[in-house]
Amino acid sequence: MGELKLMKGNEALAEAAIRYGCDAYFGYPITPQSEVIEYLSEQNPYERTGMVVLQAESELAAINMVYAAGASGKRVMTSSSSPGICLKQEGLAYIAGAEVPCVYADVVRGGPGLGTIQPSQADYFQACKGGGNGDYHNIVLAPASVQEMADFVALGFDMAFKYRIAVCILSDGAIGQMMEKVVLPEQKARMTEEEIKAKYPWALSGRKRGTQHRVITSLDLDSAKMEEHNRHLQRKYDEITKNEIRWEEIETKDAEYVFVAYGSSARIAQKAVQLGRAEGLKVGLLRPITLWPYPTKAIDALIDKGVKGFLSVELSCGQMIEDVRLACNGRAKAEHFGRVGGIIHTPEEVLAAMKKQIIGE
Amino acid sequence: MASIKGAIVVDTERCKGCGVCVVNCPQGVISLAKEVNGKGYNYAYMAEPDKCIGCASCGIVCPDGVISVYKVKM
Amino acid sequence: MNINDIVKPENLVYQKSKLLTSKPFHYCPGCGHGTVHRIIAEVLEELGIDERTIGVSPVGCAVMAYDYFDVDFAEAAHGRAPACATGIKRVWPDKIVFTYQGDGDLAAIGTCETIHTCNRGENLTMIFVNNGIYGMTGGQMAPTTLIGMKTATTPYGRKPQWEDGTPNNGFPLQITNIISTLPGTRYVTRQAVNTPARVRNAKKAIKKAFENQMNNKNGVNFVEIVSNCNSNWKMSAVDANKWLDENMLPVYPLGDIKDNFELIKK
Repeated sequence: MGELKLMKGNEALAEAAIRYGCDAYFGYPITPQSEVIEYLSEQNPYERTGMVVLQAESELAAINMVYAAGASGKRVMTSSSSPGICLKQEGLAYIAGAEVPCVYADVVRGGPGLGTIQPSQADYFQACKGGGNGDYHNIVLAPASVQEMADFVALGFDMAFKYRIAVCILSDGAIGQMMEKVVLPEQKARMTEEEIKAKYPWALSGRKRGTQHRVITSLDLDSAKMEEHNRHLQRKYDEITKNEIRWEEIETKDAEYVFVAYGSSARIAQKAVQLGRAEGLKVGLLRPITLWPYPTKAIDALIDKGVKGFLSVELSCGQMIEDVRLACNGRAKAEHFGRVGGIIHTPEEVLAAMKKQIIGE
Repeated sequence: MASIKGAIVVDTERCKGCGVCVVNCPQGVISLAKEVNGKGYNYAYMAEPDKCIGCASCGIVCPDGVISVYKVKM
Repeated sequence: MNINDIVKPENLVYQKSKLLTSKPFHYCPGCGHGTVHRIIAEVLEELGIDERTIGVSPVGCAVMAYDYFDVDFAEAAHGRAPACATGIKRVWPDKIVFTYQGDGDLAAIGTCETIHTCNRGENLTMIFVNNGIYGMTGGQMAPTTLIGMKTATTPYGRKPQWEDGTPNNGFPLQITNIISTLPGTRYVTRQAVNTPARVRNAKKAIKKAFENQMNNKNGVNFVEIVSNCNSNWKMSAVDANKWLDENMLPVYPLGDIKDNFELIKK
């Protein structure tokens, strides 16, 4: 079985990457996620597994290294924090268009601009609603613990290669920096050249004479072909929406009022549920694990079961609330509560917001 | 002295008539045709076939790779 | 002698490489890109490395280079080809990886990637086609545009500074000389393809740039090709090749700049 360790979220992510048999990490330092590349550099995975770790000259260079190395069938990842992820949107749009599998982590800090180095969840729009140009989505996983920082590396790579898509691990400064116990998986072997060639015929690995050469590109000047390519992407996104939505529910069986929260906000909201229950309030928590595709159907089902209102708790001025409202579609009340600028809400103020904004006193 | 005879074959439909081969032919073999190909280009052709020595300068300098060069020693 | 007696397979002395696909180049008549493509393909064919070669195409006129080479190809974002090539080469060190970029791509938007890839000494072959202008977007100023040269964004000629000394368009960027000073570059050369003799020299240089990659573990092999853009220079292909000699080569003189990590003393 796995190994039990006490680690920071960022370190768990890095260690899980090595153990998954990741081929390369291309990154650039930025607070609060620099531990990822520091840990990888300290662990020297080039000697442990042959994994390449490269500190690129910029986030732009790093994501384009990921793009091309991923295009050649290797398991590659990068990580950054909000302003760095802005720079990476260029490569992410190419990755979406050219259907390159990869995993990237965004350990979110406050914005806009340079903002603050403190935790935030204000990049929900950026992660889930595009960021780069064009009609595309990336799968977005939201870890709420150090354990999930580790677990989502494997889950992310599995999804990335299943669908040829970028998978975002949307963390935040709190989850990335805090230490918890984590069960690490066993070391997996990196894939061999033969395995990659057999499993990923699309991957750039040198074409055999007499066979069609491979091209990884997001460009097509033929409008009819580009329309069909976009339709193909949308069908893929539909397939992912059908298969991959993940969420967790806590105390929702008899709940009348439900907090919707992901990542570190979900942990605070979970405590608010306990406090509310102690007061006799029928409150519960819905924790989206995939932010794209969004667990719309979970909200739908809760309304069917009698939930009257939802409070979207986010470290933002209100971003996920838009998806909560879309899911409610007018059938239940939905409001937002959140602190920003690096301030993390307390369970007490979250519960108070539920009472004031949703339950009504 | 052994004499050398050359000849070129131009893929006239792919020739863009840029004329780079014409000025780089040391023997003045090549001209651009008065006629145009399907793309509307005055394609290159061997206007003076007897002078060709098969040096391949035209083929080497052709941006579109439309010239094949042949040579025999006699 | 009848032409049919000469045109026989056994008498063939030159034809385009089999490593070029059947797709006609989309380049303008007389454009040097086609010639450079041709000689790269010839080199890959002669070295027998097509089954392990991965190319990286730029944004610019050569964006669809992948349609013409019968080898695996990735298309990079504008300026990022060296980063892409780094990514591929680092995870596939046994493959032969090359970039193909123009002046805007390599020396303006991608200067950072160019310099750092060269400085890391990645084991790559980089082909840089410098025609002093942006071709694909319609003839705007490039970092390598000559002083006084008219482009769509310097319609009165590139003027580095105004008469009172205020900065304006800046100076032609000598990117090849800059990267030649970096310890990570193994072989740096500047060539042209506007005459048969120069095409032969350029091909030798490109061959060396690939052989170096095959025989070593590190060191960028960088080949600049000073080329034409007759459409945007607004002259015929033949005139453009002459203009290149008279105007481009004095600023970008031909020859090897660095070999085996040593700058060549002039």
